[in-house]
Order: sequence, then C-alpha cells, then structure tokens
Amino acid sequence: MTVTLAGVPAESTTALDGESLHPVVRRRRPRPGPLVAGGFLLLLLVAVVRPSLLAPGDPLAADPLTVLAPPGAAHWLGTDHLGRDVWTRVVHGAGHSLTIGVAATAMAVTAGVLLGLLAGLAHRIADEGLSRSFDALSAFPMLLLALLLIAVVGPGTTSLIVAIGIATLPHHARVVRAQTLLVRRAGYVEQAVTFGLSPTRLVARHVLPNVLGPIPVLAVIGLGEAVLAASGLSFLGMGPQPPSPEWGAMLSEGRNYLQVGWWITIPPGVAITLTVVALTVLGRHWQARFDGRQSR
Amino acid sequence: MRQPRLRAVTRRLGTGLVVLWAATSAAYLALLAAPGDTVDAIVGDGADTPQIRAEIITEWALDRPAAVQYLDYLRRLAEGDLGRSYLLQRPVAEVIGEQLTATLTLAVTAAGLGVLLAIALATATAGHRRPWLRRASSGLELVLVSTPTFLIGIVLLTVFSFRLGLFPVAGDQGVAALVLPAVTLALPIAGLLAQILRDALDRALDEPFVLTARSRGTRESAVLLRHALRHALLPTITLAGWLFGTLLGGAVIVEQVFGRPGLGQVTLAAVTGKDMPVVLAVVTLSAAVYVVVNTAADLAYLLVDPRLRRS
Amino acid sequence: MSQLVAVKNLHVTFATKGGEVRAVRGVDLTVERGEFVAIVGESGSGKSVTVRTLVGLPGPGARVKATRLELAGQDVRGHRPRDWRRIRGRLAGLVLQDALVSLDPLRTVGAEIAEVLATHDIVNRWERAGRTIHLLDQVHVPEPERRSRQYPHQLSGGLRQRALIASAIAGEPALLIADEPTTALDVTVQAQILSLLAERRAAGQSLLLVSHDLAVVGQIADRILVMRDGQVVEQGPADRLLRAPNHPYTRQLLDAVPSASSRGRRLSTPARRGPGRTVVVRVQATLPARQPVRAGDPVLSVAGLTKRYGEHTVVRNVSFTIARGETLGLVGESGSGKSTLARIVAGLLPPDAGDVTFERTPWSAAVERRRRPLRRRLQVISQDPMSSFDPRYTVGQLIAENLDPGLTRAARVDDVTALLRRVGLEPHLRDRHPRSLSGGQRQRVAIARAVAPRPTLIVCDEPVSALDVSVQAQVLDLLADLRAADGTALLFISHDLGVVHHLADRVLVMKDGEIVEDGPVGDVFTYPRHDYTRSLLDALPDLVTDGRP
Repeated sequence: MTVTLAGVPAESTTALDGESLHPVVRRRRPRPGPLVAGGFLLLLLVAVVRPSLLAPGDPLAADPLTVLAPPGAAHWLGTDHLGRDVWTRVVHGAGHSLTIGVAATAMAVTAGVLLGLLAGLAHRIADEGLSRSFDALSAFPMLLLALLLIAVVGPGTTSLIVAIGIATLPHHARVVRAQTLLVRRAGYVEQAVTFGLSPTRLVARHVLPNVLGPIPVLAVIGLGEAVLAASGLSFLGMGPQPPSPEWGAMLSEGRNYLQVGWWITIPPGVAITLTVVALTVLGRHWQARFDGRQSR
Repeated sequence: MRQPRLRAVTRRLGTGLVVLWAATSAAYLALLAAPGDTVDAIVGDGADTPQIRAEIITEWALDRPAAVQYLDYLRRLAEGDLGRSYLLQRPVAEVIGEQLTATLTLAVTAAGLGVLLAIALATATAGHRRPWLRRASSGLELVLVSTPTFLIGIVLLTVFSFRLGLFPVAGDQGVAALVLPAVTLALPIAGLLAQILRDALDRALDEPFVLTARSRGTRESAVLLRHALRHALLPTITLAGWLFGTLLGGAVIVEQVFGRPGLGQVTLAAVTGKDMPVVLAVVTLSAAVYVVVNTAADLAYLLVDPRLRRS
Repeated sequence: MSQLVAVKNLHVTFATKGGEVRAVRGVDLTVERGEFVAIVGESGSGKSVTVRTLVGLPGPGARVKATRLELAGQDVRGHRPRDWRRIRGRLAGLVLQDALVSLDPLRTVGAEIAEVLATHDIVNRWERAGRTIHLLDQVHVPEPERRSRQYPHQLSGGLRQRALIASAIAGEPALLIADEPTTALDVTVQAQILSLLAERRAAGQSLLLVSHDLAVVGQIADRILVMRDGQVVEQGPADRLLRAPNHPYTRQLLDAVPSASSRGRRLSTPARRGPGRTVVVRVQATLPARQPVRAGDPVLSVAGLTKRYGEHTVVRNVSFTIARGETLGLVGESGSGKSTLARIVAGLLPPDAGDVTFERTPWSAAVERRRRPLRRRLQVISQDPMSSFDPRYTVGQLIAENLDPGLTRAARVDDVTALLRRVGLEPHLRDRHPRSLSGGQRQRVAIARAVAPRPTLIVCDEPVSALDVSVQAQVLDLLADLRAADGTALLFISHDLGVVHHLADRVLVMKDGEIVEDGPVGDVFTYPRHDYTRSLLDALPDLVTDGRP
C-alpha cells in the first residue's frame, strides 16, 4: 500500500540544480496581472492622447439643470455640483494627472541617473560630497519639501512638476549610485581588466549597460509614486487650479458634497488607485523578469 | 574590541551633523531663490508696512553681507530661535509648539497601529502556508499602498461618519475623533511595511537555521516568532526615518481631510499665505528630526545585531 | 525491533513551475541500531531529500510516497506536523553544513541548544543552562560556559560545527543525521569533526551521514549507499564497496578522485551518457605528454611580496618563480592569503612591498597603461565562473571579447567555434546564455575564454572547488590537455591537496600569509618538512584503493 505523507511543512528549497539529469525547464505560465495592468495603461494612454474617443463631451461644460445627478444612463458616473459629467471629467483628467507624473519622473530619473553615475564613478571625495547632498535632500519628508518649493514659486502645474521632480530625485540618484558601485566591483568588471580593456572601454562596455539596464523598471515604479504625490498635492490645492479636471483637485472639490453625492469623489479617486496599481504591477513584473535574468 | 565600535558611532554622528547642516542650508537657499525681494518673501500675505520691513531687515540681517546673513541664520537656529511669522504676528516657535501635541498624538497612534497591523498581516501570510490568504493579503496591501491617503480618509469618513454615524466628522475632541484619522494614516504604512516584512520573513524562513530549528521539533509559531521575525524586523529599523517622513507628510493631508488642528494645518495655511518663516521652520525642523531619528536607528542597528558588534 | 530506520520504495516528487521533479525514485534504506550508514552522491542525486524526508522536512511542494517508512518501529506515513515534532530532535537529530548559517546568527549558541531542551522538556528550566554547558563539553568545546554565551560568528568554523552537533544531540536522539557536515570546513577541522562523529557512534548513537566525498565516508562508515539521479545504484559494506565496486558509476566516482596515484592518468572516464542509461567504457587513459618545463626561463617571478589590510598582514614576504610551461600548485586553508596573492599576481591588486615580474618586464610596479599590452598573456580563471561573466553576454560574446580585437567578424566566429570545440562544448552553445548551462559547462566557457589569447600563464583560483567530483575530473583533464598542447604555465590555487598532487609540478604551502614549504610535489607531499604540511597530510582522508588496477 502506498500512502502519501501528509502535512509536510514548508522549509528551504533543496538545491536540485547542478549536473542533475532532470533539468527544471522554467516555463512561465502567462500571468493575468501584468496583462490586465498593461491593458488598463493602454486605455489610459488613449485617455491622455485622445480623450474624446472615450468621452466626447466637454469636461468643463456645466449644466445647471442636471446638478448632482446620480449615476445613470445619461451620465453613467453622474454629474457634479455644477452639473458637469463626472465620466468626461475623469477621462479628461487623465491628461493632467499623468502629464505631471510623467514629467516629474522624467526629470527626477534623468537627473538622478546623471548624478548617481557621477557619484558612483567619481573619486572618493566627490562621491562623499554628492552622497551627502542626496542624504540632505532625502532628509526632508517628500511632501514637505514639495510644499516648501511650492511656497517659493507658487502653486500650478509647472511648480508641481518641479517640486515632485526635486523631491523624488535623491531616491533615484541613490539607487543609481548603489547600482554603479555594485557593478564597478562586480567580478566580470575585474575580469575584463585582465583582458586589457582601457578604463573608457570598460565603463562603456560593461559598467554603463549594466547600470542603465534596470532604469526603465525604476522609472515605472517611480512614476506610480509620482502620480500619487501629485494627486496629494493637487488635493491640497497646490496643483492645477479649478475648473481643471485634475483627479486630486476633483476629489478636493467633491469632498464638500460627500453626503449628497459620493459619485463626485470616488471615481477620480479610484482612477488614481487603479493607475498606481497598474504601474506597480507592471513595474514589479518587469523587475522580477529582470532579476531572473540577472541571477543564473 | 571597543575601539572600532566607538569609531563607527562617532562616524555616524558626524555624518548626521553634516547632513543636518546641508539640509538646513538647502532650506535657507530655497528662501533666497524665491523670485523677487527676500523681504517680500518673508512678509508673505501679511501686513506690509515700512516699519515691518525694517523689522525684517534687522531680524534676518538683510543689510549685512550674505555670509553674515547665513551665519547669523545658523546661529539663531542653533539657539532655537525659529523666527517670527509676519502673517500671524507671532513667534514661529510658539505657533508650532501649540500644534505639536495634536499632530504627535495622531502620528504616534498611527505609527503604532500601522506597525502592529503590518506585523499581523506579514506573520499570518509568510511562508508557504495558506496561499489564498497570502494572495488576498498582497492584493490588499497593493491597493492600500497605491491609494492616496485622502481617498482612504474620504471613504472612511463617508462610511463610518456619514452613513453609520459611529465617529465624529471633524474636530479633535476625545478618542473617538482620533480613530478615523489614525486609521487613515496607518493603512498605507501598514500596507508598505507588511510587504517589506513578508519579503524579509520569506527570506529568513528559507535560511538553513530555520531548517535546523524545525529539525529540533520547534513549533511553527516559535520558528516564526523566535527565529524568523527577529531577522525580518532588524532591517525595518532602518526604515524609521522613512516612517517619520511619511507620517508627517500624511498628517498634512489627514488633518486637512478630517479638519483636525495640527502642524499640517499650520503648514498648509503657511504655504497658502506664503508665510515663509513658518514654512521654513517646519521644513527645517522636520529635516532635523529626520536626521536624528535616522542616526538613532543606525546606532540602534549597531547595538541590536550581534554580528555588527564584532571587533 | 533493532532496525531504527526502515524505508522501502521511497519516492519524493516536487511540484515546480516547470513541472514535476522526481528527486527520489524508489529508494530502500535501513539503519540498524548503532550502525553508521553513509549516503554518497553528487548534487541532484536526491541524497539530501532522502534523509530530510526521515524527519518530515523534504522541502516545500514535496509529495512523499513509500511502501514502508518507519522510524524506531513507528510508521510515520500520514504523520501530522504535531507527530513529526515529537520525532524531530528527540528520535532523530539533524546536522547541516556550515553552522554560520545553520545556527541562528541572532541567538547565542547556548540559546540554540537550550531550545531543544525546552521543546522536548528534557530537563527543567533551572537545569537547562547546566545541561547546555555539559553538552558543549561533550562535543569538546573548550571553555563551554563562555562559549555558550557567544554568537555563532564569534566562534571558529570548527567550534560552530561542534555547537551545532551539540544542539542536535541535546534531545538524546537515537539517530543523528548529518547532511554534508564538513563540506565548508578546512581539511584539518574536517578531520576533527569526523572523529567527533565516530565518537558519537561509539557512544551508541546510530549515524546517517550524507556526503559528496567518498574518501570522507570511507573512513568512518560501516555501510555506504551510492545514489545517483534519485536512485541507489549500489550499496554495501564500506571497505568492500571502495575496494571492489560493482557498479560502473561507483567505479567512475572512485576513478575521478585526484590524488598522488592519479598523476599522469585521466580522471574522467570517456562515457556516453544517454537518457537514463550509462555505458562506461573503462579505459585507464593516460594524459598526453607535455613539453619539458624550461627551468631556467621564468614566466613569472615574485620577490618579497607583502600585502597588509589595516594592521593585518595578509601576504608576508612571499617569493617564488614559475618556469615556462610549469604548473605551480599553491595550497593553503581558508584565510591563508592565497586568493589575495592570486589577485596581486593577476595585477588586480597592488602589493605594499615586493615585486612581480612577468615575461621579464616589471608587472606590479608598472602603471596600468604599461601593463595593458601584456595582459592578454596572463589570464585568470576563478572559482565562480558566473560572477566573471557579464550578465548580458552570450557564450559566444564572452569568448569573442577576449579574442584579438583586430580580427574580422568571420574570423571571430571561426575562432569561437574552434575554442568551444577545444574545451569540449558543442559550437551551437555559442548563442546560449551561461545561465542555462551546467556548472561544468560554465567553467569550460571560462577556460575557453582564458585560452583564447594564447596566454603564457593562467592563474587558476580554485577552479574546480565548486564542482561535483565527476565534473571536476573532466575539467581537470581538460586543463591537463590544454596545458600539454599549448605549453601554458599554470599557477594553480587550491585547498585540495589531492587536486594539486594530481596536477602540479611544484607546490607552495601557504599558511597565515607565508610560504612555509615549497618544492617538487612528490617530495613535499611524501616527505613534508614543515609541521603544518604534515598536519594537512595527516588530516587528509585517504581512499582505500587496493582493489583498483
């Protein structure tokens, strides 16, 4: 009689690789998460580039006759306190919210990569100086640093971009610096020295590609954070001013009508959450694939 | 044996001081970089009379050379003088001092709640047990981390205050008024910490010493709490600085959503009213506390991990 | 009931993302009371999974089936976690490799031992500390009171391993399972731990030892099982099995062990390995003849080399020369400074004092720009080939990078093909990534890359330490072939005296940064002059090889 051993608790995986005759062929089952996330982001891209394809109406058109209409056939996410269609505003708001996030992230990642590389490749003293300045910038809580910058230059879309860009910069710079140091000390870089490569070749052929490889992943995950930060600051009234349909600002406006119309606040809020979730899922998926490629 | 440890401590303290100085200077630079006249920036939306302008020039030493202005500013900070708000017509230290307790209460409650929730979620779902619970928990954490704090607050407010009437809508009176704001602030923290903790727990559970512990007949709960959790909690000590920053930033939003008085409201009012002395003081102060918290965490790590205590 | 362990037809299967992996396929195993049984096999043979199944810890996602699975007469099939916990530590104790990670690094050694005492309520709370110290004393840990309050990292490798054994025997289990207990240890420490295990057996405990090393288990086990691909291919009394192995695989394993007697002979058996079936053609082939070593013509000379890290001197006043075509062995235990010496010789680390001259040109004293043209003639092979490969490169790109930069594209492709063939790899592997290769294939790629520029000297830093014995045999044969064909000099660094004895012409013995003895391999290993060399040789477990041709 053969009995299966039950209740075997989990513990460390026994190494089964090596010269085994049973090569474990890693086949990836297609996961639905990244696919759905990608699909949603594509939809979002449409909303940014051609919002009229999804919502033909005017996001600013107020209709005093249909104020605070609940979700229904005519306005399927309802209307707000000025009678504007919530669905149209959410779709058109994607442009505002995402532009701020993308611009801020592009700024932070570009500057972060340059400064991080500089610190990682520079001499000890220069590295120390740069690293301490990254530390000093990270000492400010992100939101407060952004608020300080906005207090200096005043609210608005541009100041929001600059504020979030500067506030997230030190994080990217530190990651890139750490990665640069890691690659610089890697066995394959030392090995390449024994091939007689010149320092310039060494950096161009082995260091740069391996440092820059994970940057897109970093940027995608950073974008999620930037969108979140932007919505928070807009909510506080530091971003695009009403009547712009920015998601955070919409929530801020609709908040006064919570008791009479939840549909003004919840849809833009859910849009933010879904966007950030989709970016994170996709970013992590790429990261896992990248890590899988890096290690064995 | 004691010598290198002392050196490590002094090195960290030194670095902390350098960072503190750099952060203070960066904030000061932001004021100077403000477009227009510095006096205008300091007055903000407050009453603008020649007498006040003269006061400002004396207080900030604006009639002296730049280097003197800067050194004078550092000296005043070191003495604990945070300057004067010309919008509120009061010393900044007084304004901040009044509101500190409210925000501190909120932040400490939220931090405790968040950490406890994270530990509970992570220990319940780490390892290879209960895959369905694990998936549900990771999904929840992802949503919590990705949802803006104000949305969490608004949803809680709608459900528990407006619909169910369990908690007051606004204010800071009593424990009941603290519940929703604290939960709002705690949830994103719990989500992120739980993700980090579970990762660390998983890694610890894959270590050979866990196999050894299991091979002794140790209970699974003891393996988790006595062995793995210690390893998982160690690296989270270094997150103390991040936690502080998140709490402070989150407090600004939460206080706004729930109409709670506190440092966040002060800051927001100052930014809107262009009250630079207050903004500057809050930002500088938060950076200073961050540096202190971070340095303390680094030192605590040195003390807690026996492997770092070696000669 | 005298059988402590009785296993019949054991199958362990793991569900992985890539499908089912059958790690153990129909293993029968018995351990009598008081018996010392050893399981020997290479990685992936299923030896660890087999013994871990005996304590109910085969690994996550494992499915276990057996017609019989008994511990001390108790049928453990269908045991629930609670039932297993009563067995673990009490009926069977487990000792793993390397106590630095197998003991909780955040807890004191004493707390780890006391955990067993508390879990199984062996002694009451007040007596635990005393019993812990007694146990440490039993495994010959000096100053047990002080040691019990220390953390694993504060103990030396040998003491740590003893403490781990103390924790495994704290519950007075009838069976002690040791899974590669000496693998991470230096040879002198390994000998001490093995004698400690033998002592446990003398005290009446049954032992089940898992190892990749036939020589290690041959010394102390009563009975040996040889496993391969999840099955037991041969088992029998230790001396019979080593002296007259029945199964060709056992024979192949024995032949693969490099030693004094294997000099000049091929270690690997030319065998065709089809799916599941092995036809071993036993020919004791000899290695190809080499060009004579030109003693008066040094490729590399090292004089008075010293390297310090802080106050710690890692390499102290080291001098030697390597003649053209010569293989110089460098042996030493961990921390002896041999890897630091290798990096200085490779021109990757500047020495604090002393000089390295390569091809009669200043090497360590020269600036990197001057060294660069000569670099191609001095190549390096390291222990872990993966870390020396740019993670983005394919096999072909890795090898091509070290070819003459002036070559045309077509010539490059031809050269890579020729090099892959030379190291015994199929040319179609050029487009593969090293990640998808086995450990042996990876090291072959590293060798192909090193010989590409036709170097006059190759520094080999523990090139076969991470490999299974049969793969090690193939790689050592390959190095011997290439050396004979090209007349390349080798600086061969290893902790394994057998490997060095097999391959090297001369040997340096290094201890605490100093060369304590040097000379022709035969002389040094037969008539050691220095005490340290003698202790290394004494600690070496020797294989009983009488029955072999």
